[in-house]
Amino acid sequence: MSSIELGGAPTPGEVGPALIVENLVVRYGATVAVDGLSMTAETSQVTALLGPNGAGKTTTVEVVCGLRPATSGRVRLLGAEPGSRQVAERIGVMLQQGGLYPTARPLEWLTYLARLYPSHADPSALLALVGIDPSTRTTTRRLSGGEQQRVKLAAALLPNPEFLILDEPTAGLDPLARRNLLEAIGARRDSGTSILLTTHQLSDVETLADRVIVIAGGRIVADGTVSELTGADDAMSFGSRPGLDLTDLAAALPASYRVREVRAGSYVVHGPPTPQIMAAITAWCAQKGLMATDLAVGQRTLEQIVIDAGLEQP
Amino acid sequence: MSTSTGVRASARVRAHARWELRLLLRNGEQILLMFVIPIALLVALVVMRRSEIDTQVPIVMTVSLIATCFTSLAIGTGFERRSGALTFLATTPLSRVDLLLGKAIATAALASLSIAVLALVAAMMGWRPNAQWPVLVLFIVVGGGAFAALAVLLAGVLRAEAVLALANAIFVLLIVFGGVVFAAADMPSAIGQVVSLLPSAALADALQSALNGGAFPLGPLLVLVAWGTAAAMLARRTFTWD
Repeated sequence: MSSIELGGAPTPGEVGPALIVENLVVRYGATVAVDGLSMTAETSQVTALLGPNGAGKTTTVEVVCGLRPATSGRVRLLGAEPGSRQVAERIGVMLQQGGLYPTARPLEWLTYLARLYPSHADPSALLALVGIDPSTRTTTRRLSGGEQQRVKLAAALLPNPEFLILDEPTAGLDPLARRNLLEAIGARRDSGTSILLTTHQLSDVETLADRVIVIAGGRIVADGTVSELTGADDAMSFGSRPGLDLTDLAAALPASYRVREVRAGSYVVHGPPTPQIMAAITAWCAQKGLMATDLAVGQRTLEQIVIDAGLEQP
Repeated sequence: MSTSTGVRASARVRAHARWELRLLLRNGEQILLMFVIPIALLVALVVMRRSEIDTQVPIVMTVSLIATCFTSLAIGTGFERRSGALTFLATTPLSRVDLLLGKAIATAALASLSIAVLALVAAMMGWRPNAQWPVLVLFIVVGGGAFAALAVLLAGVLRAEAVLALANAIFVLLIVFGGVVFAAADMPSAIGQVVSLLPSAALADALQSALNGGAFPLGPLLVLVAWGTAAAMLARRTFTWD
C-alpha cells in the first residue's frame, strides 16, 4: 500500500504523550550513561534533546529506538514497548552515524524498505521531496554527505511515521539543504507527527522545537519551551566590557525595568522585551562608545544553557 | 498511516533475501570469489594433476561452498555492521530473526547456484558423477550452515577491515592446508588426524564420499555439526549489530 501522507496523526481517541520515559537508567559496566531520567514527548510536537557530548542523549535515543536495553526504568513509545514490531511499524528513525548500504542506490534502498512496512509513502516521490533524483544510479557511498543525509531522512519518512526520531539531522548540510530539511520536518510536525530531535545546531532548535530538554551527566537539568528556558518572556541580555556603571542605562529605561551584570561582561535587563527597549540599550552603548555583543531576547541563550550544563557535568 | 495488520514475517524474510541477493550478485568481487575462482581452480586441478575429474569436482565444490558461506558472508556482514545499515534495520519491522533468515536464504541460493554452475562446467568437461544426491544435499546444508555460523561469529566481533583480512587469510589457509586441495588422508598420519578435525577437511571428505559413491561420512558429519553448533552458540553471545 503506497501513499504520500504529510504525517501520522494519532488515532482519534489516542491521548497522552507519544513518549513516556520513567526513571531510565543505563549503565555500561561501572559507567552510568543515563541516571534516572524521566521525560515525555507530547503528541504532534517537536521535542529537542540537548546537552553536551557525553550527556546521555544518544544512549537515551538508542533506548527509545529499541536499539539498547535499559538497565532499569520504563519506556513507552506510542503506548508500547520500544523495539516491538508494533512500534517499529509506526516510527521513522534517522541515525546520526551510518544507516545506509554503501553499494545500494537510493531508490532501490527505499523500495526494499517499503516492503517491510504495512503502509508507506511512494519512494520516488519521497526522494524527489528531499531533493534526490529518484532515477540516479549513483550508489549511496558516492553521494555527498548532504545527499546521504537526505536519503536517510527519506528512509525515516518512508513509513509515514507517527513518531520521528532524528539524531543530528542537519549535520553536514549546506545552508540551503538545511533550510529545506527543516521545512520538511516542520511540515511533518504541523501535520501531526511527533518528533524527538537531538542536535548541536541550536538555531535548529529555536526554529523547530516546541519543547527543549537539556540533559547533562545522564540527568535532566532544564526542561521547557525555548522562551521559558532563555527567559525570553521577561528579559533581554547583551555582552560588553566587564564592570560597566549601569546607572545611566537604568535611568534611560522605564522605572519598572532593572539591569544587572550577571557575570563578568554579561548583562541582563529585566522587563518585557520591546523594540523600544532594545533600541534604548544599543543607543546607550553607542553613547558610551561600547559595542553591544550577543544582544538577545531572554536572560540566557540556549548556547549558554548547554555550555553551563557541560561545565556542571560530572 | 499504519494499519492493524503488519507485513507477514515470510514477506519480510523474502524481501530481505531478495535484497541481499540483489546486492551480492552486483558485486564483482563476490562473483570472482563464488564463480570465477572455483571454475579456474577446477580447470587447473584437472590439467595439472592429470587425474580423473571425479576426484577434483568435490574439492572445487568445497572451495566454492567455503567461499560463499564463509568468506563472502563474513566480509559482507562485517561491512554492513560498519556502515550502520544493520543498526538502522534494527529500528524497522525487520526482526533479527528475519534478517538472519533472509541472509541464510540468500546464502543458500548463492551456494546452490555456484554448485550448479560448477556441476554444469564439470559436466562439459566430461564429469559423470556416481552421486548419492540426498547425502550431497545434507552436506551442502550442514557444511554451508557450519561455515555460515563461523562467518557470523567472525563478522560479529571484529572491525570490518579485520574481517576482510582474516576471512581471506582463513579461506586460503583452509583451502591449501585444511584438507581440501591436499586431502587429510594424504598427509602424514599425526598431521592428517588433526587436519581431519577441521570443518574444511570434513566437508571435502564428505563431498568426495557423496559424489563418488562412498560410505556414509558419519565422522565428517559429527565434525561439521560440532563446529557449526559451537560457532552458532558463541556468535549468539558475542555478535553485536553496530
